[in-house]
Amino acid sequence: MFKKILIANRGEIAVRVIRACHEMGIAAVAVYSDVDRASLHVRKADEAYHIGAPAASESYLNIQKILDVAARSGADAIHPGYGFLSENAKFARACVEAGVKFIGPTAAAMDAMGSKTRARQAMEKVGIPFVPGTSRGLESFEQAEEVAARIGYPIMLKAAAGGGGKGMRLVHAPEELKSALEGARSEAERSFADSEVYIEKAIINPRHIEMQILADEHGNTVYLGERECSLQRRHQKVVEEAPSPIVDADMRRRMGEVAVRVAQAAGYTNAGTIEFLVDQQKNFYFLEMNTRLQVEHPVTELITGLDLVHLQIHIANGEPLPFKQQDVTIRGHAIECRIYAEDPDNNYFPSPGKITLLLLPSGPGIRRDSGMYEGWNVPMDYDPLLAKLIGYGTDRDQAIGRLRRALNEYFVGGIKTNISLFRRILNHPDFQAANIDTGFLDRLLKQKNAEASLPADSHAMEIAAIAAGMFAALGSSAAGLGERTVIDGSANKAVPVSDWKASARREGLQ
Amino acid sequence: MTYDIAIDGKHYRLDLDQVEGRWSCRLDGRDVEVDAVLARRDVLSLRIGNQAYEVKCERVGNDTHIWVGSMRYAAEVRDPRSLRGRVRTADEHGPKKLTAPMPGKVVRILVAQGDEVEAGAGILVVEAMKMQNEVKSPKKGMIQKIQVQEGAAVNAGDVLAIVE
Repeated sequence: MFKKILIANRGEIAVRVIRACHEMGIAAVAVYSDVDRASLHVRKADEAYHIGAPAASESYLNIQKILDVAARSGADAIHPGYGFLSENAKFARACVEAGVKFIGPTAAAMDAMGSKTRARQAMEKVGIPFVPGTSRGLESFEQAEEVAARIGYPIMLKAAAGGGGKGMRLVHAPEELKSALEGARSEAERSFADSEVYIEKAIINPRHIEMQILADEHGNTVYLGERECSLQRRHQKVVEEAPSPIVDADMRRRMGEVAVRVAQAAGYTNAGTIEFLVDQQKNFYFLEMNTRLQVEHPVTELITGLDLVHLQIHIANGEPLPFKQQDVTIRGHAIECRIYAEDPDNNYFPSPGKITLLLLPSGPGIRRDSGMYEGWNVPMDYDPLLAKLIGYGTDRDQAIGRLRRALNEYFVGGIKTNISLFRRILNHPDFQAANIDTGFLDRLLKQKNAEASLPADSHAMEIAAIAAGMFAALGSSAAGLGERTVIDGSANKAVPVSDWKASARREGLQ
Repeated sequence: MTYDIAIDGKHYRLDLDQVEGRWSCRLDGRDVEVDAVLARRDVLSLRIGNQAYEVKCERVGNDTHIWVGSMRYAAEVRDPRSLRGRVRTADEHGPKKLTAPMPGKVVRILVAQGDEVEAGAGILVVEAMKMQNEVKSPKKGMIQKIQVQEGAAVNAGDVLAIVE
């Protein structure tokens, strides 16, 4: 087994992987940029190395700096987390050359799945179901017109190198096609330095359902059930759950077998996810493969009882999968909320800053994967994901009830978070009835916020007035962190001696 | 002690005293039976009659918010000693400060000193977490002063410009 693993990431996922390392008796090495010295992953690691400026290209995306730390620390493997270098084939290749194991698929498998058109071509050969369209980039406007007419409007234009909704255009009618094609091309060129665009039939308000797979390095591939990820805003997932409320055992088996075929066709190893679009008749179509651990992996862990990060490490260590497909069972229901530092009253703009007060939920069926702590300054330089709150229950209703209860216990003061949005989602009758699709959240956000438009609660306001007076009367003993000296990690500023230390010294003198 | 307290702009007069560890409390002249425990900094456990509440205090810069359950209220507290002469110039007249809504970097300044602007006009752009946020003028008027330069790092609440 590995002795020491370097985690080339930050935030909650770095903490998640460090914990797995410690559970397996492996030392964990953290890396951090200038603004992350005080971050939680540095506190939890066994060793920590500074790698540069806040800009990701100077730190978490800098292959040479990360490999230098691997060499200096003597790490024998690297876990990339998600985002940053996790799907970078060049990095996977550089790890092989440096003699350090990359915990993930091979560079060749990433290359095969990295481009959406190339993935389509490879998958067509093995008979994977697709949304009708082209599997090659469009050569001309005339060709686009011809293909669109053949498969029928509405159609979707997509960038071959795309992701995150960039270079995507929905086209309802032939007369919109020309400007949409030009727009998609120039956006793709700007975002990915690659203007290749292809056509797919648009499926209006589909569900987004993905299948988790695991493949060892001895040819064994299993599927671990699906995740329903239809709740998205700006093509970013917000709430995920497992199992999907619309997938039964037969559909799960059919989707799972397709996912395994996709992985095997790509020569895939380690953890991966195959994304599908599902239409209203429950037809499913291959969308793309994510060649990494997903943000939402905990919901699969809770319903299968497996630890995906442990399994990733065992697989990278060359061990065969310790179970077979028929051993995988699904029990209960899990739902995840992604807690972001963003302001619901200001169009969900990022809200970095200092966390002055943090009250944490706990109790039955609650898992919290977090990268934040009270007193920490959320830097403005990275993705605003702070933590994931996951509710687990015997069934979907109980999972929802536990999550609603836990959201009421969760309090993050000093910065804005989207916690109130989850309250709205979980209270919505359509969510409770599992009537969800990728358009759900946009429709919800267009509605008036029932919580905000309630008539002023005069009783609650009186309580607030009394409490405000008491906080004032109690003065500095009740005051928050604003009054305290905060130790700046990067500079050795004078730190006032704490009462605790002072009393320890007095006792030492006695 | 008597306090003038505004909760979301609604004013309350609160008489509050601690006698032998117990609170005596009158709200707008009405006696209220309150039992309070400071559970930790910024968290009060209140009992009013037999109803229990967890109340949180959130302070950012000079702003204080009180949370009762999931409801958030802006709170301003004035005690009698500072009651006079501390009325805010929140009206339409007089200069208005534009403050940074979040920590970030000033990426663009859209106006120059002396420019006439309409209410809601973009004044400058602050970027954080790869998102750009336009800071808008709170009123029609003239840009009296721009306090920052392009590229400057700012904290939430920092004054960016003044509109007269």
